[in-house]
Parts: sequence; C-alpha cells; structure tokens
Amino acid sequence: MDAQTLDGGFGSPPQESAQAFRAIMNATAQPGTIWQVAGAMPPAPVSVAAGVALLTLCDPETPLFLGASIDSPGLRDWITFHCGAPLVSADQARFALGIWDDLPLDDFALGTAEYPDRSATLIVELHALTDQGAVLRGPGIKDQAQLSLPETAAFQRNNALFPLGLDFIFTCGDRLAALPRSTRIG
Amino acid sequence: MYVAVKGGERAIDNAHAWLAEERRGNLAVPEFTTDQIREQLALAVNRVMAEGSLYDPDLAALAIKQARGDLIEAIFLIRAYRTTLPRFGGSLPVDTANMACDRRVSATFKDAPGGQVLGPTFDYTHRLLDFKLAADGEAGQVAEAAPLQGPTPHIMGFLDRENLIQPEPAGEETPADLTRAPLELPASRALRLQALTRADEGFTLGMAYSTQRGYARNHAFVAELRIGTVAVEMEIPELGFAIEIGEITLTECETVNQFQGSKTQPPQFTRGYGLVFGMTERKAISMALVDRALRWKELGEDDIGAPAQDEEFVLYHCDNIQATGFLEHIKLPHYVDFQSELELIRKLRRDAQVAMQEAAE
Amino acid sequence: MQMTEETETARKAWLGLLAKAPAADLAALWHGFGQVPAHKVLRAPEIGAVMVRGRAGAVGAAFNLGEMTVTRASIQLAGGVVGHGYVQGRCKDHALQAALVDALMQTDAAALVDRAVLTPLRDTVTRRKATRAAKAAATKVDFFTMVRGED
Repeated sequence: MDAQTLDGGFGSPPQESAQAFRAIMNATAQPGTIWQVAGAMPPAPVSVAAGVALLTLCDPETPLFLGASIDSPGLRDWITFHCGAPLVSADQARFALGIWDDLPLDDFALGTAEYPDRSATLIVELHALTDQGAVLRGPGIKDQAQLSLPETAAFQRNNALFPLGLDFIFTCGDRLAALPRSTRIG
Repeated sequence: MYVAVKGGERAIDNAHAWLAEERRGNLAVPEFTTDQIREQLALAVNRVMAEGSLYDPDLAALAIKQARGDLIEAIFLIRAYRTTLPRFGGSLPVDTANMACDRRVSATFKDAPGGQVLGPTFDYTHRLLDFKLAADGEAGQVAEAAPLQGPTPHIMGFLDRENLIQPEPAGEETPADLTRAPLELPASRALRLQALTRADEGFTLGMAYSTQRGYARNHAFVAELRIGTVAVEMEIPELGFAIEIGEITLTECETVNQFQGSKTQPPQFTRGYGLVFGMTERKAISMALVDRALRWKELGEDDIGAPAQDEEFVLYHCDNIQATGFLEHIKLPHYVDFQSELELIRKLRRDAQVAMQEAAE
Repeated sequence: MQMTEETETARKAWLGLLAKAPAADLAALWHGFGQVPAHKVLRAPEIGAVMVRGRAGAVGAAFNLGEMTVTRASIQLAGGVVGHGYVQGRCKDHALQAALVDALMQTDAAALVDRAVLTPLRDTVTRRKATRAAKAAATKVDFFTMVRGED
C-alpha cells in the first residue's frame, strides 16, 4: 500500500469524529442548513467534507459503493486503511460516494417495512453547494428552506417512499448539507 | 391524575458516595489491586470476560472491583464498555486443534492420542475447606515433566474417520452477529452458539442439567474437554495478509450423544459443542449439552416439548444482562402505573359491593 | 518494500510476536534499544475490538465467540518506510512500539533490532510457554491395568 494513501486521516479521531458526527447530525436534523467540517485529507478528487463523512460514518461493517468517476486505487487504499469499509456493488451498499451521475439510484437498498434503517445513505459530491434552489419542507424545517439540489424529481420520488427510502449527504469542499427521506421537495 | 415529579439528586449522590465507601470496606484492611483480582480470582475474571463477551482480563478485574464482586454487575459494566469500542473487524476462526493445552481429558477414550492431561483442576479434590489458606496462601513447588510434543488432535476426528459421527460441514460464510442485528427466529446454529457462549452460566447449567434428567432425552458423553491458549489471527487490509493479533485462553467441550437415527439420518453419534472464553469448564460443558438439545430439528428428531429444545425460550432468557435489566427495573419508581392500578381496584371493589348489595336486597 | 513469500512469512512472524508479547516486556526491550528513529504518525494509536470467531464442532461453520481488545497504530519513518502495529489489549505505547519495530525491521537496522528486541522477546515467550507445557505434562495420567475382565 502506497504510503501517501495512508496519510490524511483524523489526527485526533475521538474529538474530530465527534465534531464531524455532530455536524452531520445537525445537517440531517435541519435539512437545507450547510455545515463546515475539517480533519480529513482524502486523495483527489474527493472533497474534505466527503472524506470527513467517510471517516465518521464508515467502518468494516458498512459496505461502500464508489462511483466510477471518483474511483481509483489510491482512494480504495485510503478507504481501506482509514475506514476498513468493504467496497461493493450498489445493491450491497449501506453507503455510497460519487457525483450525482455516478449513482444508480434504483439499485440501492431502500430498507424494509420492519427495518426502514436497512437502507443506503448516499454521499453526493457537488460542484456548488448553496442555500439557493429547490424548496424544502418537512420535519426540521421551519416553514421552508432552499438547497442547490442536482435535480428535484428523484428526491420527490424518494420522499414518496417514506418511511422507506434513501438519505443524502451533499458535499462540496469543506462544507456539507443533508436531505433525509422525510423532506418534501417543491 | 398524572403528576410529574423530579428530585432525589442529592439522595442519589450521597448513596453513590456511600456505595464507594462500602466497596472499600474497613480501612484497616489493605485495599486490593486489580492485578491481585486478575491473578488470584482468575475464574471470576474468566466468567466476566465470557459473559461480558469481551476478552480483556485487566478490564474484567476492574469491573469486579467496581462491582464489589457482583459478577452480573461486573458483566454489565463490560457490556457497556464494549459498545464504546470501534470494531476493527472479525478474526479468522480460531484453530482449537492447535491449542497449547493446559488440560485435555476425554471421558470416552482412555488412550486418546495426546493423553489425558488433568491440568490445574478442582476434580479429585475433597472439597474440604483448607484453613491453611486463611493464614498463608503460598503455593508449594509444582512438578514439571518433559513437554508433550506436537499438536493434540481432536478425538472427534477419529470417530469422523469411521463415519460414526454426524459430520460437521465447514463453511466460510461470515456468521450473523446478534450484537449487530436483532435476533430473529428460527436462529441459525451460529447465532445459537453465539448466544450460548455469552449466556448466563447458571441458566445454561440449569438447562443442561434438565436435559440430563430426561427433559430432552440426551445422554451426553464428554468426548473431549480442553483448556489452553490459541492464537487469534486477522486479515489486515493494509498489509494484504493475516497476522496474529493476540492469544486467548479458551475452554472447548465436545460431547457425543447416541442417536438412534431418524427419518432423515442413519444411526450414528451426534455432537454438541461448547467454546467459551477463559477457563470456564462448567459453562463449556453446559453449552455443549444445550447446543445439542437445540439441534433436534436439523437432526430430524421429535420435539418432545422439553424446555431445552425450545429455541425461543432458551435464547430469549439466557442473557443475564437482558434478564436483570428487565427484572430490576420493576424496583424503580412506578408511581403513576401503580396509581392507576389502585384506582382500578378501588373501582372494581365499589362495583362489586354495589352488585352484592343489590343481590342481597 | 517488495513483498516476497519469504519476507511476508518473516513479517507475519514478528508482527505476531509483537502482538502477543506483554506490553511491559516490549517496553523494557524498546527502551533498552534506546533509539527512537525520526518518524511521523500515520494513524494515531486507537483502541478497538476484534470479533473473535470459532467453528461449530471445532471444524464446522464459523460463529462469533465474542470480542477482544486490540490497539493499532501506523507510523512512517523519515526514509518513507511504513510500519503497522496491531497488538492485544489497550496499551497505546505497545501499538506504537510495535509499529516502529515493524518499520525498522524493513530497513538496514533489521539485524540490530532483531538482536536487541525481537530475539529476547521471543526467548521470554518461548520460556514461558515451555514452563506451562512442562507443568501440564506432569499432570498427564499414566494408566496401569489392574484387572483384565476377559476370562
């Protein structure tokens, strides 16, 4: 394994992962809000925020799907060393990382009626992440919020599946936002 | 009427401070260290590791000290601690055929290859209190002999070669883990074994004993009981190969049971299996007997309605932390629940009195 | 380092020895060795658990037996060589020292480290095991036939 790929993990995992977890939790609890995170230096082209999300959420028990446009031996090694997450096809995955066009939405687990939590969480890399764009309503949102979603139809379909469905984390640079399945779009 | 109350913080703080003082006991008696517990109460440490489901003698010793020797409380502390640890992965299955045995006995074959090695056992002691220990716990010289060479083969292997015992198909699948996903019935054998190895020793012993007394018609022989150390190996992704990451003491018990055959199986011996952390002989034998009783379905035996055959009964009641959690919660405040019960009983009595009066008139 | 089968076997052996050795024994030998090479920490020592597995009936399908505590760390020497430490228990220094020894064993200092740290460590472990095995052997039962019930 190349020594360069072993670099870039949390320097102080207990503190940094707790802070990152808090940010991701807040982002999910208040869809549309944007949070800054720090501490990860994943191999390019993966953003700091996506790296932080991987380090915080993924471990040997969370199979991960990598989108084709970001997949590389260097990234695979980095994930193996720092998270230990097994890399799998979309239907086996509990987490996924990629750009929007990388992610085969229909293939991911949506959960079951007994265990809605047995579903995938998708980490989506965006070129821009702003509080402008699609209108969001639902739990955790006072009146309404806005977020620069890559599209709206897919998220509307996903919301219609509630309590099943996918959850999304959007990342760009060192910032992230989230869109749980409970959020209504438009 | 619902009345929310709070309070009691001062009482709780004071109770815990007193608990700490009581734990320490009489200050004129020297405090004992966790090292002393680990070395001199090793079997208590072993039980806490086995049922706490975490192999770490120092932590188990600390838990015993903190719990004032209440082993179920100590197991509770270990279970709570283990949930805070990130899991690096799963080991390769341990190879007990390569165990460095402290003890290895067979009740079925006198001349088992590798011999009958008693090890540091309570067997054949007279169970007479040794009052010398009260004054002086120093041990005498221990005899040594030329170490036995080579691995100690499993006795079951000999029966297996003659096709006299039900085979045990190997598999390389990752086993289900009841600490990660809720137990669902019917449970695989892997889940049953996981539940039993961390089950309460007393419960498992009682269940096993019931099978011996006829509540499952199993007459078990201990084909082999071995205690010793094995290396634990794990694949390390960043290395690309497996390395040994530690060494643990295990107790393994294999039982053979006579089996007349069924609609699907020829007459042969069948097996029960026990494997437990530490030197935990009673527990491992009990586990093997209960494992065998629970296998009635896969062996095509009849369910004779014995408690030890009832997977739901055994698996849902064998965990002492689940059991004690639910049991002990009933001593905590239930003022509101009880208030409603009280009102209900008063109303029923009033109604009954009215009915009696009406009947009398 | 290019991995051949031979170097892999050797590395497995020293990593296993470092993992199983008591933390205090390694610490004493490491301090005796006296030189801490320039390095940076790639993965700070981290305490975690490994699920230990057994096999049903000793030879059958795998099942989960319970967890054990393990501490791991990874370092990189100034020269670029990476060392990994995975050790039993919860001692962070133990994991760091194991990673440093692992790295040094892949350099020109290997012979020196082997002599100062690994060989004495191996001797201690072997001696301890031999003593236990000797005590066990002394409790082996010698049967002798008193009566043969065949006539």
